[in-house]
Amino acid sequence: MSTAPAPIKAKLRLGDLVFSRSALFAGSMILVTLAAVAIFLIVQSIPALFATNEDASILTTNFWDYVGPLVFGTIWAAALALLMAVPVSIGIALFISHYAPRRLASVLGYIVDLLAAVPSVVFGLWGIGVLAPAVVPVYAWLNEYLGWIPLFSGDASATGRTILTAAVVLAVMVLPIMTAICREVFLQTPVLHEEAALALGATRWEMIRIAVLPFGRPGIISASVLGLGRALGETMAVAMVLSASHVISFELLTSVNPTTIAANIALSFPEAYALNVNVLIATGLILFIVTFAVNAIARWIVDRRKEFSGAN
Amino acid sequence: MTVTSTPPETGRRPAAAPIANSLTAGRLPKGASWTILGSVLVVSAVLFGAIALTTGEFNWVGAIVVGAVLYVPAIWLFSSIVEGRRRAKDRLVTALVTGAFLLAMIPLISVTITVLSLGLARFDADFFTMSMRNVTGEGGGALHAIIGTLLMTGTAAIISIPIGLMTSIYLVEYGRGKIARGIRFLVDVMTGIPSIVAGLFAYALFAIFFGPGVRLGIAGAVALAVLMIPVVVRSSEEMLRLVPNELREASLALGVPKWLTIVKVVLPTSIAGITTGIMLAIARVIGETAPLLIAAGFTQSMNYNMFEGRMQSLPVFVYTQYANQGNPAEAYLDRAWAGALTLILIVMALNLIARLVARYFAPKFGR
Repeated sequence: MSTAPAPIKAKLRLGDLVFSRSALFAGSMILVTLAAVAIFLIVQSIPALFATNEDASILTTNFWDYVGPLVFGTIWAAALALLMAVPVSIGIALFISHYAPRRLASVLGYIVDLLAAVPSVVFGLWGIGVLAPAVVPVYAWLNEYLGWIPLFSGDASATGRTILTAAVVLAVMVLPIMTAICREVFLQTPVLHEEAALALGATRWEMIRIAVLPFGRPGIISASVLGLGRALGETMAVAMVLSASHVISFELLTSVNPTTIAANIALSFPEAYALNVNVLIATGLILFIVTFAVNAIARWIVDRRKEFSGAN
Repeated sequence: MTVTSTPPETGRRPAAAPIANSLTAGRLPKGASWTILGSVLVVSAVLFGAIALTTGEFNWVGAIVVGAVLYVPAIWLFSSIVEGRRRAKDRLVTALVTGAFLLAMIPLISVTITVLSLGLARFDADFFTMSMRNVTGEGGGALHAIIGTLLMTGTAAIISIPIGLMTSIYLVEYGRGKIARGIRFLVDVMTGIPSIVAGLFAYALFAIFFGPGVRLGIAGAVALAVLMIPVVVRSSEEMLRLVPNELREASLALGVPKWLTIVKVVLPTSIAGITTGIMLAIARVIGETAPLLIAAGFTQSMNYNMFEGRMQSLPVFVYTQYANQGNPAEAYLDRAWAGALTLILIVMALNLIARLVARYFAPKFGR
């Protein structure tokens, strides 16, 4: 009786082994898929990186001159969209979490989520059919009275299909995800902090400013970065709305607009042949790298706050 | 605006009249914000009415928008006169925050109205029974696109549901340490892959086997699966985490193997949530246009074979009808809008059913 009992070892069952291995296999498929995406894109882009206009008809000089305006347009459109979407989504999130009647809040949240359910191609149609004609007089007005600001200079577009319109559509499309994340963080504000602020005589806005916003700042940042990732990669809405040309231009209202990588691929790919295909895939690789980095940064920010889990 | 102070009721303390109702003194009366909103709208309407006298057309959208914009400084002005700077700022922010919400409603309502009004023109039996083969001009339908969408989305679901579900099981039940953390991080990053990159990947993958210029239904399905897997993983993982540990422990304590515990206890408990997540994932990818445009191409004809030839899908149908307008252009645009209406109805139905499943088949804890 003096010897210690041997540690009990669980019996190794075949079912357990098969099940856990297949679960691990499925998990590693994620790694394999991402690696495959990167590898296949890299393999297909290598010939394009050193191509000139003699090899690929889509190029005017070399690959880097081709991709430069596209990268600019992608970042420019996404930045404009974010500029509009961030304040509005913070406002909506505050409205749902702190202003709307409690019973209505979840319904209102669901209504905003409905925006995310509209397919991008429908937003594209809507952008051309409804939004672009509607903003033409506004653009004309901006151009006439605020034309001295470089952003609004140039000849105002007669169709409304400018980068500003595309950015508005992009902003509408990234609103739901940004609102969802902001709302979730705002709702997690410790109630004690809010009540303490109110008990000290703060108005509702002062309570939000000193209790809710500082607490939610990481959430707002990660929501913005995730929204940026979405806006960078959004394709059809931009492809359909924008009347694109291959330029670098900061003018918002003219009919000469820079285009984005994703929209350019969607428009050019169906007719592309030979090395042009590789050129387009190479631009896609650049988009992939940029969005991967942006998303990784967003996740890193979210992961620093362990208790926050709702970012998807 | 003047502060109305109620006269003292008893008359014993006439000196106390100014603070008789100290809780409401120095505040805008109840309903004042609505009064201000109404009067500002009237002012704006009059303004636009004056413009309408010259142009002959009353721009009621402009009137409402200008009125709503005018309300913000108006409420701030009145409130700062009566209530002071701090409350004025509070009211200003309230107006702005409410305005942000209403602003977001504009595109939603506008999209709904537009799609309904323009989509109903061709939302007829022909649209659901005919393809576009040999159709120029009017007539034709989107049956080939609907079949293609169902085939490709279905195949994508068949690929991604097992992988996604098993991955989430790994993450929740088995995964420990670095590998699990790495997989979770990559799943999160994968949700952000631009859809067009997924399309390019599927094209590049199949171009290696079938040569350049390949467009296949299966390639479209693979592209959709790449987009769908991370969504399934995330939602299933969250649902599996909701299963109380007591259930697992009770089952394990009875000597049930771990894999049987998962299959017989954990999964049935969370099946409603998992189903909801999967349906939402399907709803997300069914509207994807760009990857299918790249990987599956577009065609006018019916194609039931995933492994041969181009395959049309509903979003791409909408896009091509718009992009390659023929004569008369209205026929093409009508088909595009009818396709958009069909697409939105499908997505909404999936969303609705998903919510209903979540509500009615959720496990009942307690008694």
